[in-house]
Amino acid sequence: MDTRFSPEDIAFRDEVRAFFKRAYDEELQARLADKSSFKDAVVDWQKRLFEQGWIAPNWPREYGGTGWSPTQKYIYESERAAHGIRDVVPFGLQMVAPVIYTFGNDEQKERFLPRILRSDDWWCQGYSEPGSGSDLASLKTRAVLDGDEYVVNGAKIWTTYAQYADWIFCLVRTNSEGKKQEGITFLLIDMKSPGIKVNPIVSIDNHHSLNEVEFNDVRVPVANRIGEQDKGWTYAKALLAHERTTIAGVADSKRGLETVRQEASQEINGGVRLLDDPLFRKRLSDIEIELMALEFTELRVLATVASGGAPGAESSLLKIKGTEIQQAIQELRMDLAAYYQGVLPNDLSAEQLGHEFGSAARQSYMYGRAATVYGGSNEVQKNIIAKAVLGL
Amino acid sequence: MNFDFTEEQSMLRDSVARYVQDSYDIETRRTIADSESGMSAAQWQTFAELGWLSVPFAEEHGGFGGGPVDTMLLMEEFGKGLVLEPYLATVLLFGGLLQRSGSDALAAEYLPKVIEGSCQGAFAYLERQSRFALNDVKTSATRDGESYRLSGEKVVVFNGANADALIVSARTSGEQYDADGISLFLVPANATGLEVKTYKQMDGQTVANITLDNVEVPAGALVGEAGAGMALVEPVVQSAIVALGAEALGIMAQLNAKTLEYTKTRKQFGVAIGSFQALQHRMVDTFMAYEQTKSLLYRAVCELEEGADSAPATIHALKVMVERAGKLIYGEAIQLHGGMGLTDELDIGHYAKRLMMINATFGNGDYHQGRFDELRCA
Repeated sequence: MDTRFSPEDIAFRDEVRAFFKRAYDEELQARLADKSSFKDAVVDWQKRLFEQGWIAPNWPREYGGTGWSPTQKYIYESERAAHGIRDVVPFGLQMVAPVIYTFGNDEQKERFLPRILRSDDWWCQGYSEPGSGSDLASLKTRAVLDGDEYVVNGAKIWTTYAQYADWIFCLVRTNSEGKKQEGITFLLIDMKSPGIKVNPIVSIDNHHSLNEVEFNDVRVPVANRIGEQDKGWTYAKALLAHERTTIAGVADSKRGLETVRQEASQEINGGVRLLDDPLFRKRLSDIEIELMALEFTELRVLATVASGGAPGAESSLLKIKGTEIQQAIQELRMDLAAYYQGVLPNDLSAEQLGHEFGSAARQSYMYGRAATVYGGSNEVQKNIIAKAVLGL
Repeated sequence: MNFDFTEEQSMLRDSVARYVQDSYDIETRRTIADSESGMSAAQWQTFAELGWLSVPFAEEHGGFGGGPVDTMLLMEEFGKGLVLEPYLATVLLFGGLLQRSGSDALAAEYLPKVIEGSCQGAFAYLERQSRFALNDVKTSATRDGESYRLSGEKVVVFNGANADALIVSARTSGEQYDADGISLFLVPANATGLEVKTYKQMDGQTVANITLDNVEVPAGALVGEAGAGMALVEPVVQSAIVALGAEALGIMAQLNAKTLEYTKTRKQFGVAIGSFQALQHRMVDTFMAYEQTKSLLYRAVCELEEGADSAPATIHALKVMVERAGKLIYGEAIQLHGGMGLTDELDIGHYAKRLMMINATFGNGDYHQGRFDELRCA
């Protein structure tokens, strides 16, 4: 057992730091913070990562991955979060791409993967439906073969960033007989296709990132089907395991916790810093101790994957613990903000308002409720562990 | 970065695992626990022959030259078998203090005897008022020419009943709570003025309260430097906490495995109770608690081995996690075993009681969380 960084690792860390310092400049940060320029700024940032060769650390090298060791991936993630840089939009790079390079044909790989790497296409995920949440396999959006096209009818929901998307990857029903898992097909659908309608959903953080996507007689070429008809569930399951290895968000939680610690040294109650309040300290360390452990749980999973193992049901553990920790940090920050936890976006400066982070705390706390729901709710993750690990 | 064990380490773990499985079943353990000494001299001799008593000692002392990883693997397997023999007291504490002390003559005299199994040791640090504060020492040691004279009382001395020699913390200067001024002395168990009162703990150990009434030891009995005992005690106790964490992990593994097995076979309402989601999710919680404890243990072991500055905070965190996860795991194990979980006949309760004693040893979770917070929120 050895977790020390080698001289090469240290050199790599310095290289990553230098790049982030140079490339993640203030102008870009300002554009990311502005709703009207958000999408362009994200694409711009991801293109800078692509030019650096670092856009897809988890892809196999032959398709454009970095070939990094687990230690290098860990260093990269830690530095990214420490610099306050958001992770790439996952739907293309982290979710559909692994399905395409694992189960797609050569034509599909050539057509889609380079554009995903360059962030030329913005992807969104079409899994959940108004009637199918945790019971994903009960989905009803139908695709009927008509010549060399599928005709798709139905609706998807909770579709993050559908308003920006060029493409959506969908699970659709092609067969209603037999087991519900066996009649599902994996389709890649152009969002510009006639018959697609995107309806915005405002979430409890008062923002619009979620949508409902309607499909009315949408025609999709058979060439956009991944693998075989009726076998989509198998491909989707592999994707879900992938999604979960990145879902723990350890590096971001570490930064979040340090932010709260810093803020708690500024918040005063009756002349005493919140950071000196034993009850507050205990809540902080309750979270930190779990996070210190989770960091090594993630490293253990990464090491297993690097030595040829697949990310299995252990990734469900990362999802559950990781999201519990994220929410605990968000909750602590809300309590820290006290009266200011309710602040909605406004034109006042922090000085006029009298507080720095109330609005940000509210927004991440409110939207953060999604984390234990999405990617397969935490209760579903427990079902997965019970079955796959415990054999129950 | 890797979490692999060397071939030597894997062999050590396998040899302990095999031994525990073949020669340390629950009935054997029960007989040992019920004996007056709370340990088996024959088992101890076998441990010596298998080389286990030499694991953490440097080769210059005749040891195996092992590190925290080796100790972890050994203690984890001991935990699975609820091994009662005083590895912590004799090897890790008594031997560990001697090895680190720089008192070469004492180390040269005692360590070979520890390794060959002919000397039982103990570390008498606790006093009835001191709870978890290692620096709360009233026992006094007064210089008298070429000797020291020790007076005071030590309580809950692990292996105090069987020890041939004890290392005793005593104050040579300063006030009751001062970290400075504490010295360690090697005191033979048969010294004049030393009285031993033994009693049993719920985990099967026999411990002792030890009274020192003007006990005379030569100046050469000083372990380490006079007045600087805490600097010696702290790293040894830190290593011991990590070792106890490994023992606890082994216990947690057994409790989880036995509980899981039980819920697959126990039938109620016509089905195995493991088919109920309410129970499944609780067993997922105990599985995650186990994995998280394992991760933090690995983290502590790596940092200890690497001498990282962060090691003390991580070891505090580990002690908190061991208590939190341990209580969850033994609590669920008893609950899911139903009425059987309450019986002395079943081993579940015995695993639980050892975890409880581990929690109390060297400071419980609350104590260590407080120390952790002091380091983190300064």
